[in-house]
Amino acid sequence: MELFDDFPSMGRTDLRDLKKGIDFAFSDFSRDNGEAIEGFFDPLMYFMVWFEKLLMAAPWPIMILIFALLAWLGARSIGIVIGTIVSFLAIGYFGMWEDTMATVAIISVATFLCIGLGIPLGILMSRSNRLQAGVTPVLDIMQTIPSFVYLIPVVMLLGIGKVPGLIAVCIYALPPIVRLTNLGIRLVDKEVLEAAEAFGSSYRQKLFDVQIPLALPNIFAGVNQTIMMALAMVVIASMIGVKGLGVPVLRAVSNQYLALGLMNGLAIVALAVIFDRVSQQYGKRLQKHREGGHGV
Amino acid sequence: MVSDIKVSIKNLYKIFGSNGKDMVQKVEEGATKASLQAEYKHVLGLNNVNIDIPARRIQVIMGLSGSGKSTLIRHLNRLIEPTSGEIMVDGEDVLAMSDVELRNFRRNKMSMVFQKFALLPHRTVIDNVGYGLKIKGTDKAEMNERSQKWIDRVGLSGFENNYPAQLSGGMQQRVGLARALATDAEILLMDEAFSALDPLIRNDMQDILLDLQEELHKTIIFITHDLDEALNIGDNIVILRDGAVIQQGSPQEIVLDPADDYVRDFIKDINRARVLDVSSVMKTGSNDSGLELASDVILELAMPAMIKADVTSANVMRDGEVIGVVTLADMIGGIARPESHEGEQVTYR
Repeated sequence: MELFDDFPSMGRTDLRDLKKGIDFAFSDFSRDNGEAIEGFFDPLMYFMVWFEKLLMAAPWPIMILIFALLAWLGARSIGIVIGTIVSFLAIGYFGMWEDTMATVAIISVATFLCIGLGIPLGILMSRSNRLQAGVTPVLDIMQTIPSFVYLIPVVMLLGIGKVPGLIAVCIYALPPIVRLTNLGIRLVDKEVLEAAEAFGSSYRQKLFDVQIPLALPNIFAGVNQTIMMALAMVVIASMIGVKGLGVPVLRAVSNQYLALGLMNGLAIVALAVIFDRVSQQYGKRLQKHREGGHGV
Repeated sequence: MVSDIKVSIKNLYKIFGSNGKDMVQKVEEGATKASLQAEYKHVLGLNNVNIDIPARRIQVIMGLSGSGKSTLIRHLNRLIEPTSGEIMVDGEDVLAMSDVELRNFRRNKMSMVFQKFALLPHRTVIDNVGYGLKIKGTDKAEMNERSQKWIDRVGLSGFENNYPAQLSGGMQQRVGLARALATDAEILLMDEAFSALDPLIRNDMQDILLDLQEELHKTIIFITHDLDEALNIGDNIVILRDGAVIQQGSPQEIVLDPADDYVRDFIKDINRARVLDVSSVMKTGSNDSGLELASDVILELAMPAMIKADVTSANVMRDGEVIGVVTLADMIGGIARPESHEGEQVTYR
């Protein structure tokens, strides 16, 4: 009956040796290659430092003007522009301007990085069922594995700082854009694609004239989701040395500063709402032609 | 009329499934669509199709759904690759073309109109019409000029900057037709192009097509499941069933001499007086009733003309010469339903 009471587990020493083996192997790997990998990411780090400094150094009225302009270009809605201006004024008034700029910087860079990697990957996945079958479980893992778990190897390799923070954010925020690009292209009307083929389109012409434009609503939903998920990672990223609104939130949690936590938390919410509304409205405007009606 | 052959299809087979090539032999040995499906899990798409399509005429290919007609038309521009066989266009082997040659062939020689229009929803009407030209790399100004010409020609002037979703089905298909014509391809493939439209619009579109054809003289290959449509626009008709050609010929030949019960079933409800012309029911000889009818006058018009002239027979004329004689009785015989096949009772009330 012993078998039923005790799970036939690996011996304690063996298990310890196994774990130790993995740990040592990875530390060795990171000791040997850490510098090279850091060097590889250096340009990205310099860019992030420069971009963050730029946002912080720019006079606040100009920044608010730029945000308002971007909101207008994206959404074409006075309400959203006013909301944007009021939110940023309030953020500045409550002394969170610098942290907010740092957060905007990392979110922007993370989003562009995810778009730059995610859309091409999504396109490749839509072309090959085999690639889709291989990548989908990886995306599942990226989305479900607790963030703290992949922070460990990232920190071991790259230490703490902006680049590991950015990587952590991207691991979490990349899957939706990849998934929705893949899905969007797969859902493109087969007849339209056939028409493109029948008129002698090359592969590039099909991709840029038909597949991407018709997949745009889904791709855009993916961009929106990616931004939202990147924002959700702000607090966790601050644990490994990313400046921004996550830092005071973390401090508030460990010291029970209710007001500090609430204010910075709400600032993150405000950013999320602005990004979401602007990107959604922009996505909708791209779809204007889908509206029916026989108006001339 | 003798005309040169534009598209020639020889011994074309298409068998869907993992091992189509080997199945061709089974079909040659007599396997049917059903037996191939049951024994080998392969689907017989096309079964030894041989068609010579004359230049500058409208060739209709008809059959019920599942007969392989849409599969066949997609072989002509190789949207579907055949399992075996030969397709020649202007003496050029389509199946031997490289990717680049095939693209140029599709861009310049053969364009297509689709059942569900297949327009680009994010492009305006004028950009949709110019789509084929854009793919060819035509510059913007010329593209717009040529697109505009075809938009006017199909009667969509004023809608240039609308999006397809803002147009009705009939208007969308005019865009599809203009898009296909804009590339100046000599061959036009039309895959059930008017089937998704309601009957009145469908007749309109047929008239537009016939109008255009009178002036353009393209080689049009038109797929339909609608016999009235086939008889209305076709110079020649091919009837497909289970991927095989059952009968080919002019509308008159099909109506007068159906190859089998399948075709007979097809034609039993059509208005024969509108399809048959006097030459198809005439006899040799001549008479002196005084009425002369051109050989291509359809019976629907010839019969009232005879009644009006109060005669029972008339001379059939071609190029100013008498080529035969028709009587009212011949005409009535011609439009009467063919001998009904066994098991079907003819009832009189």
